[in-house]
Amino acid sequence: MSAPLGVPLVASAEAPATHPRRFGFAGLVVARAGTMCLVELQKLRHDRTELITRAIQPALWLLIFGETFTRIRAIPTGNVPYLDYLAPGILAQSALFISIFYGIQIIWERDAGVLAKLLVTPTPRIALVTGKAFAAGVRALVQALVVLVLAAILGVGRTTKKIRLLAMCFVVILGSAFFCCLSITIAGLVLTRDRLMGIGQAITMPLFFGSNALYPVSLMPGWLRVINRVNPLGYEVDALRGLLIGTPAALGTDVVVLVLAAALMVTVASALLPRLAK
Amino acid sequence: MGEQLAVHCVGLRHAFGETVAVDGVDLDVVAGSVFGLLGPNGAGKTTTIRMITTLLPAPQGAIGVFGVDVARRKLDVRRLIGYVPQQLSADGALTGRENVALFARLFDVPRAARKAAVADALASVALSDVADRTASTYSGGMIRRLELAQALVSAPRLLVLDEPTIGLDPIGRASVWERINQVRADTGMTVLVTTHYMDEADQQCDRIALMHRGRIRAEGTPTELKAIVGDDATLDDVFRVTTGDDLGITSGERMRDVRSARRTARRLG
Repeated sequence: MSAPLGVPLVASAEAPATHPRRFGFAGLVVARAGTMCLVELQKLRHDRTELITRAIQPALWLLIFGETFTRIRAIPTGNVPYLDYLAPGILAQSALFISIFYGIQIIWERDAGVLAKLLVTPTPRIALVTGKAFAAGVRALVQALVVLVLAAILGVGRTTKKIRLLAMCFVVILGSAFFCCLSITIAGLVLTRDRLMGIGQAITMPLFFGSNALYPVSLMPGWLRVINRVNPLGYEVDALRGLLIGTPAALGTDVVVLVLAAALMVTVASALLPRLAK
Repeated sequence: MGEQLAVHCVGLRHAFGETVAVDGVDLDVVAGSVFGLLGPNGAGKTTTIRMITTLLPAPQGAIGVFGVDVARRKLDVRRLIGYVPQQLSADGALTGRENVALFARLFDVPRAARKAAVADALASVALSDVADRTASTYSGGMIRRLELAQALVSAPRLLVLDEPTIGLDPIGRASVWERINQVRADTGMTVLVTTHYMDEADQQCDRIALMHRGRIRAEGTPTELKAIVGDDATLDDVFRVTTGDDLGITSGERMRDVRSARRTARRLG
């Protein structure tokens, strides 16, 4: 419990800061998210290596797995060629792989003192986490564009409607925000890079295979359907597939689930952030 | 009642589990002064600074920064503070200018004034010429000055520096202090600094508090503190007398803090 300040201070209790608050809380969250996204784009502009190296894995999935399974027709996808069916799944996977390890960056920022400096700015924890989540979304989005170009080169029949492409960007950002905050939450619990790396690797593949990224839900055994039902990646893939290749999708449900999941995870990650600052 | 207080702490206490890091600290920092917080590793300096800067809660006691209650109005307090942590914390993937602009945005420097504020902050630490190079190409001393620019871009009323010159060579140390003193002369900013360098504290600080095992053991001007020990005494002598040559790791020092300090020193070469 805080004791009262014992000595009356000469300075006014309303001591003016040089740059006082200009926004309401929502405005502050949006401003901080914008700032974090800008920083992410600046980093990408200076070093595009990661963009290229991270494109290798989805390219292999599309080229080898996609092309092969399209030929052998092992997975029934109706009238949709398997490569077309697979592309949204790989797009979501690519975004997942980027955001699920975002917590490592937070731990690096803690060790380097960057996090402490950010936490001493007039930024509420929840705005900082939201900013980081959207920054992960922007990075994933840039990566998703690379996958989209790859898919187009391979002849995946994709939508060209701007509204659908914009909706896809929104879905990728939402999904990435969720997994980024999940990663920050794990970082807040385990506190070390090695443990986070281990847990990240342990959950990534189950999240991927426990979703409809590679095969339709109708082919899954009952227990896997339950996992897919509670796995936000499944909703992300469903929405992306519906938007990109026009398969039937519960778009409204998908977006609502992703928004709620992201909001919940932002809240949990924000609550755990102070553990990293200790 | 005459002097304005930049920092006013009463009965501060903080424990990490069973380990008491800060144990009943009372501290007043007069506005416009340079106040040095000295002590061996694990004395509780960094924990005290972390409570003042809102990074850690103060489970017992109270803190005011320019009269604003830290427990109740964290965001308002943060608007008054510029903070440079012990580690080299500039982002090597961004240019010097982008590093400073980031903090201008986070402190809500208005868009119209932002570009000039960033340029001024970089000029004040003599980094204008290299502002568009990524920070990964900077020397240790340049990164320290860049961090100062990040902290100064919001024109803080209180600058908090946690061992700002650790690992720097004498020229780098002199350069950092030269920049700080220049800004102080221009703005009247208050500085709260922790350091292990007694000569630095002697030269730069108006007042000093020596901490040991979570408590303040001595406080005064450098001259007053040296006079306690005797003629021709140095602050090193005061340090030895205050700690009783007992530098056993107890309160608050953690492996991570030591590792972090060593990593910083290594990076600075």
